[in-house]
Amino acid sequence: MSLSETELLHAPAEALLVAIRDLLEAKGIVSTAEIAERIAITDAASPRIGAAIVARAWTDPDYRARLLANGSAAAEEMGASMRGAPPLGVLENTKSVHHLVVCTLCSCYPRAVLGYPPFWFKSAAYRARAVRDPRGVLAEWNTTLPDGVSIRIVDSTADYRWMVLPRRPLGTEDWSADRLAAIVREGDMIGVTVPSI
Amino acid sequence: MSTLAPGQIVRVRDDWPEARGPVHIRTPHYLRGRIGTIRKILGRFANPEDLAFARPAPSLTLYHVAFDPASLWGDAKAGDEILVELYESWLEEA
Repeated sequence: MSLSETELLHAPAEALLVAIRDLLEAKGIVSTAEIAERIAITDAASPRIGAAIVARAWTDPDYRARLLANGSAAAEEMGASMRGAPPLGVLENTKSVHHLVVCTLCSCYPRAVLGYPPFWFKSAAYRARAVRDPRGVLAEWNTTLPDGVSIRIVDSTADYRWMVLPRRPLGTEDWSADRLAAIVREGDMIGVTVPSI
Repeated sequence: MSTLAPGQIVRVRDDWPEARGPVHIRTPHYLRGRIGTIRKILGRFANPEDLAFARPAPSLTLYHVAFDPASLWGDAKAGDEILVELYESWLEEA
C-alpha cells in the first residue's frame, strides 16, 4: 500500500526511517551491515577521544604540530575512526585568540572525536547567538576571557569539522596525559568553556 | 573563477537561490553580499548543492573566509572575527 503525500508528511518518524532504509537496501545503495557498522562507529565516539587528543597535544609538542597541520591523521593516531568522516580541523586557543565553534545552518559537529553533539549545540538560540553575541553566550557558561583576548567564531558551514584545542591550565605542569585528559570537557573543545582545575 | 589567494578581499554573492526553488545551500544568509578576506584554501569538494539532489557534482575549491562582525551587525567587539567555509561559486573579487 502506498501512502498519499499528506499521509507521508504525518507518518511517524520511525515508519519513514524504515521505508527509506528499505529503499536504500533494495536499490543496493547501502546494506544493513554497513548501516549497523556506521551506527556502531558513531556510538563509540565520545568527548573522551577528543580529551585524549588534547592531553597528548599538551604534553607532546611533535604531536601538537601534527594535530594542527592535519587533524584527521592525528585523530586516527589516537584511535578515532575517521573513515567516511569529513576532514577534521583543529583550532588552537592562544593568549590572544579564543575559538568558538558553531554551525549556524544545522548541526555540523566533529562527531568522530566528540561523539553526538549536545542538545544545545543544535538549538536555534545557540546557533544564532554564537555569531551575534559570542561574549553573551560565554558569560552564560560562566566563561570569562582575559582582557585583550579576541574571539574567533568558526561557523562550520561546509565540508570540514572543527575542534578547539584549549589552553592548558596553569598548575598542571607536572601532570600526566591521563590526568590532564580527565579535566577536558566537551564544552572546552567547542569553546563555550575553558579547562580549569 | 581563478584561484583566490589568502589575503584577497572578496564579496559573497548577494544571491538568494532559495527564492527560486528547492536548494541545499551552505552559505549562511547573514553573509550574502558581505565583504570578507580569504584566509586559507581548505581543499576541493564535490559541490553539496548538487550532491543533495543526486545531480553530477563538480568539485569546487572551499575557502576559509574571515569577516569582521562589526561589518555585519555594527555593535561587535573590535578584534573579533567570524571564520566561515565558503565555496568558490559564492565568492567574487571585491
